[in-house]
Amino acid sequence: MSQIKAVNPQHERWAQLGRRAVWRLAGGVLVLWAVATLTFFALRLIPGDPVLAILGGQSANPTPETIAEATREYGLDKPLAVQYGLYLGRLVQGDLGVSYSQHLPVTKVLAEQSWATLQLTFTSLLLAWLLVLLLTVLTAGRRRWVSNLASLAETLSAALPHFWIGILLLAVFAFGLRWFPPAGSDGWRTLVLPSLALAIPLAGFIAQVTRESLEFTLEQPFVLTARTRGLSETAVRFKHALRHAVLPGISLSGWAIGALISGAVVIEVIFSRKGLGRQLYQAVQAQDLPLTIGISLAVAAVYVLANIVVDLLYLWVDPRQQGKTA
Amino acid sequence: MSDKHLIVEGLSIEFGGQSVVRNVSFTLAPGKTLALVGESGSGKSVTARSLIGLAGAGARVTARTLSYGGQDLLALSERGWRGLRGKGIGFVLQDALVSLDPLRPVGKEILEVLKTHNWGDRRSRRERVIELLEKVGVPEPELRARQRPDQLSGGLRQRALIASALAMSPGLVIADEPTTALDATVQAQILQVLQEIKARGDSLLIISHDLAVVAQLADEVLVLRHGVVVEQGPMQQVLRNPRHPYTQALLDAVPAEHARGTRLSPQGSAQAVAPRPAADSPVLLKATGLGKRYTAPDQQPRQVVDDVSFELRAGRTLGIVGESGSGKTTVARIVLGLLEPDAGQVQFLGHAWSGVGADRVLEKDRRLHRRDISVIYQDPLSSFDPRWSIGQILADALDVAGVSASQQPARISELLEQVRLPADLATRRPLQLSGGQRQRVAIARAIASNPKVIICDEPVSALDVSVQAQVLDLLADLQAALGLAYLFISHDLGVIRHVSDQVLVMRHGKVVESAPVDVLFENPQHAYTQRLLGAVPRLPGAGSELVVPPLEAESTAWLFDESQLWKIAI
Repeated sequence: MSQIKAVNPQHERWAQLGRRAVWRLAGGVLVLWAVATLTFFALRLIPGDPVLAILGGQSANPTPETIAEATREYGLDKPLAVQYGLYLGRLVQGDLGVSYSQHLPVTKVLAEQSWATLQLTFTSLLLAWLLVLLLTVLTAGRRRWVSNLASLAETLSAALPHFWIGILLLAVFAFGLRWFPPAGSDGWRTLVLPSLALAIPLAGFIAQVTRESLEFTLEQPFVLTARTRGLSETAVRFKHALRHAVLPGISLSGWAIGALISGAVVIEVIFSRKGLGRQLYQAVQAQDLPLTIGISLAVAAVYVLANIVVDLLYLWVDPRQQGKTA
Repeated sequence: MSDKHLIVEGLSIEFGGQSVVRNVSFTLAPGKTLALVGESGSGKSVTARSLIGLAGAGARVTARTLSYGGQDLLALSERGWRGLRGKGIGFVLQDALVSLDPLRPVGKEILEVLKTHNWGDRRSRRERVIELLEKVGVPEPELRARQRPDQLSGGLRQRALIASALAMSPGLVIADEPTTALDATVQAQILQVLQEIKARGDSLLIISHDLAVVAQLADEVLVLRHGVVVEQGPMQQVLRNPRHPYTQALLDAVPAEHARGTRLSPQGSAQAVAPRPAADSPVLLKATGLGKRYTAPDQQPRQVVDDVSFELRAGRTLGIVGESGSGKTTVARIVLGLLEPDAGQVQFLGHAWSGVGADRVLEKDRRLHRRDISVIYQDPLSSFDPRWSIGQILADALDVAGVSASQQPARISELLEQVRLPADLATRRPLQLSGGQRQRVAIARAIASNPKVIICDEPVSALDVSVQAQVLDLLADLQAALGLAYLFISHDLGVIRHVSDQVLVMRHGKVVESAPVDVLFENPQHAYTQRLLGAVPRLPGAGSELVVPPLEAESTAWLFDESQLWKIAI
């Protein structure tokens, strides 16, 4: 660095972010392959004959001829390794197979159900961050009792399970006050209660971390410098301290996407919403191999993508990290 | 601007009923510089901050008069204060790496001052930023304005910080330790920038613990101790004929002015410490042609240590002096056997200690002699486990040295006595000790295994000058009593001159000059050494004017932090 390169730092930053994104995407493909493989073999280990599952379970009472035909049709007579190879081959072409239980292409089920779950998770994440910012920026480093009270509220909400909040919200706002519909997945009104149920515990968790980091940042010399320039308390918090304080929370958000999707399984069942969570729940019960793998892959893909976005966002907020890692 | 007097009468500051500053009075006229001098905890920083209404949460500030330019500061509302901060009074804090927002380009920080006080429009503000950076001597201001503090050298980012304080052309600039932690040549350049503020007819209030820095700038000096003014008067008078013993003690503690073998601290006897062993005592540590190369974050290889050779003899002190990034800490790590060199070898007590290729030495072969070499770091706090008591920390060192558990308590008391700490300190934890006490514990830990050599890596750089004096005296006494040899690393030429027998001057990983201490300081041969010596601020009467090295010397300096490279090496 003896000569600081005379390139435009701004361009350099974008180029670095781009390179980083490409690397992370390549890593993401590996993750997806691992997910496909693990789910494929894990489901074979579950007791029970997949052919029976295809033909509608024990109660359908299929004839041996039907069983043999179905076995051949779905390629279940071939050795496991061959089945795996064929499966991967189709996967690369974007063919996820046909659901045993719904007799529909898996891609079609995914297309129908994904949007509802994505909507739910991302609304929850946004809502959670909104709560975090409101709570921490307004109360951190203020009078002792104010921040103690806020801190208590955070701990409490972080400790509450999704399903409990979900049922409570249903009881009060849907059945009691009748402000929001108790079930369904059409329109923004149906989204409010389920995303709140997911957002509240998450907000409590992220806010605890953000508060601590905001209080630490407000003690730093550069914040004092900002004050000596005549900045108001609000300006100091929003222009300087917040950017530092959200860093740990951003890291947590990548993890939070995963937690939200698994939370969505329960919430979708409670609020009778359509979505991947509910489908996954049913598919595992029905031993519907293609659908289970398809949903797992879709969830993993969202998780991988979300983490890449979080990673890049982190670099964007804290440019010092660039160039430190390969 | 000519009537902008700062008048402080009977200023007192309390925190929760506890008085930290009592009855401080002074007047600062335009074009004049006042220095607040004192050690940590003397109340100098909080006094300065109270002048812009930022003494801190829970502070109770009272005064008979507190006014600037005829405006009563005590009557100001929060909004009134905000109008004054940055506009009427500029404030410069120590260490721009943490005093500028580390996530923002420095240009944006300067822009913020202009924006806050509604100066000009978008376009004129941008021009003003460049103009300000130019004014404080930042080359290529357009490029620098887009860089963050961590991308700039220490000198450039300190200039940028000063530029942000000057943005609204305030009539008064308050600088809190503006040159502390800077290398000598960079410090000289920053002092020059501050002198220019004064020359423009603005007032300067400087806070420092370094009397030599104060001597370069101040017209008037105010010495604070425990929140009370002990001495106040014109700079020449206070520094040449101090009336208060505390001022005298501060002056005595400046190591540069005192020859080797004399005491710096008033405690104990004033006579010289024991005579030094002859220059032909046996060689303990011998380094030949050491080299180390790293790959920097920009993928460029950096020769951090290049062909470094030296000998350390029993009972003697070898000083290594150089500015940040000169490779001195890397040399220490190689000598400690913590880092493998790329070239050269080290011999310790006549055995191969470190080398390359066929000469490579395995750690298990070094272990036998590990107890003969130990180390003292700049910041002992981070080298202690905060959950351990001082007794446990020392017992751990004794375990390694092979002292049996039954003998440890007696040896711990003995060690504490040797470093002049009370025995009951053994039950306390590092956080409960003062900086000087911690460094004494670090010394006790270093001598626990009865080593022959101690590597001292900037051991007094984080200490106040009087505490530094006590620690340097302690090191000298221990050297005489135990026959220790020191490899003493510092960026402070005064300290190096005081402790060393032989001095190695390092720059960009190379040894530029190596000579006995008196020869080096009386008759430096290399241009870099001459420049380094010229940049050291001196007390009045101690000799020549400050020589400000040309900017070129620093802007081409390597911009890296050895501690970062260490991480990359792992």
